[in-house]
Amino acid sequence: MARQSAVKTSVGKKREPAATDLKSVAGDKARHPAPNLDRMIHERMRLGIISALAANESLTFNDLKSLMNTTDGNLSVHARKLEEGGYVACTKSFEGRLPKTEYKITAAGRRALENYLSHMETIIRQMRQS
Amino acid sequence: MGSIHLVVPQNEEPPALHERAMDNLKYIRETMERATAFTGIPGWGQVAIGITALASSFISAQQKTFKAWLAVWVAEALIASLIAGWSMDRKARAAKMPLLSGPGRKVAFSLSPPIFAGAIITVVLYRAGLTGAIPGLWLLLYGTGVVTGGMFSVSAVPIMGLCFMALGAIAFFSPGLANWFMAAGFGGLHIVFGVLIARRYGG
Repeated sequence: MARQSAVKTSVGKKREPAATDLKSVAGDKARHPAPNLDRMIHERMRLGIISALAANESLTFNDLKSLMNTTDGNLSVHARKLEEGGYVACTKSFEGRLPKTEYKITAAGRRALENYLSHMETIIRQMRQS
Repeated sequence: MGSIHLVVPQNEEPPALHERAMDNLKYIRETMERATAFTGIPGWGQVAIGITALASSFISAQQKTFKAWLAVWVAEALIASLIAGWSMDRKARAAKMPLLSGPGRKVAFSLSPPIFAGAIITVVLYRAGLTGAIPGLWLLLYGTGVVTGGMFSVSAVPIMGLCFMALGAIAFFSPGLANWFMAAGFGGLHIVFGVLIARRYGG
């Protein structure tokens, strides 16, 4: 089967501002303010997409849809946001006659996930120390 | 007519920040494990298993007794297990995920029951003198394990399992072609689907 390589690759430039005021949740008595969490990947679906891509070289749209157990519309909205934020790179090509959309995590995306993980660990550590 | 009372939850506090952090970490780990298992079946490892199975088919076809034929395939099963374990471990390491957290565990859980059942039924068929049914049984049961394990994986894996099952079902009715079915199944199907998986999802 003829496999056409990258026809269109895009990594977005625009970036959703990082959350600056995810300070505390009720019940935490505001003793442990949350660090400036990256709102781009704090959202569950986007966090899942980034995590899945971090564990794989690349995944197609259908792979991600199946992994995240979601709809076409929902996945494409969140994947586009990550792409616009520069966290994932999207490659559109054709496999035979069928269009194929492939996603890869970018260096910025991997860094963002690592920062997010370290934020989460910091929160847990602070709570254990107190 | 009774009156309706609204049940209002009593001042439920949302989860604390650290609980949400732990939940997020758990979610990330589980998603990564699932994603690794999803593409964790090693394509080139399957190709290697297919090549050794073709060689085993050729060698087993030369054997005069059923015991010798069986010994060849038992040796092949051991070699294939080693190749599968090594190649899955290699792929899991490349994804920085422990083998037993994802693909290894799922493959082991899905393949062990049908392989155990196959071993018991092989002994029963041998004692009953129905050795002609053994290749069909192996193909069918291996296919069953691949289909169930493949439910967590890319679509090529359960499709390969279905092909094994179909081949096994046909082999039951063509006992004279046992070695050809073994070669086509354990050799051919592993090679074809292995190349497909390796090209799409990496080695």
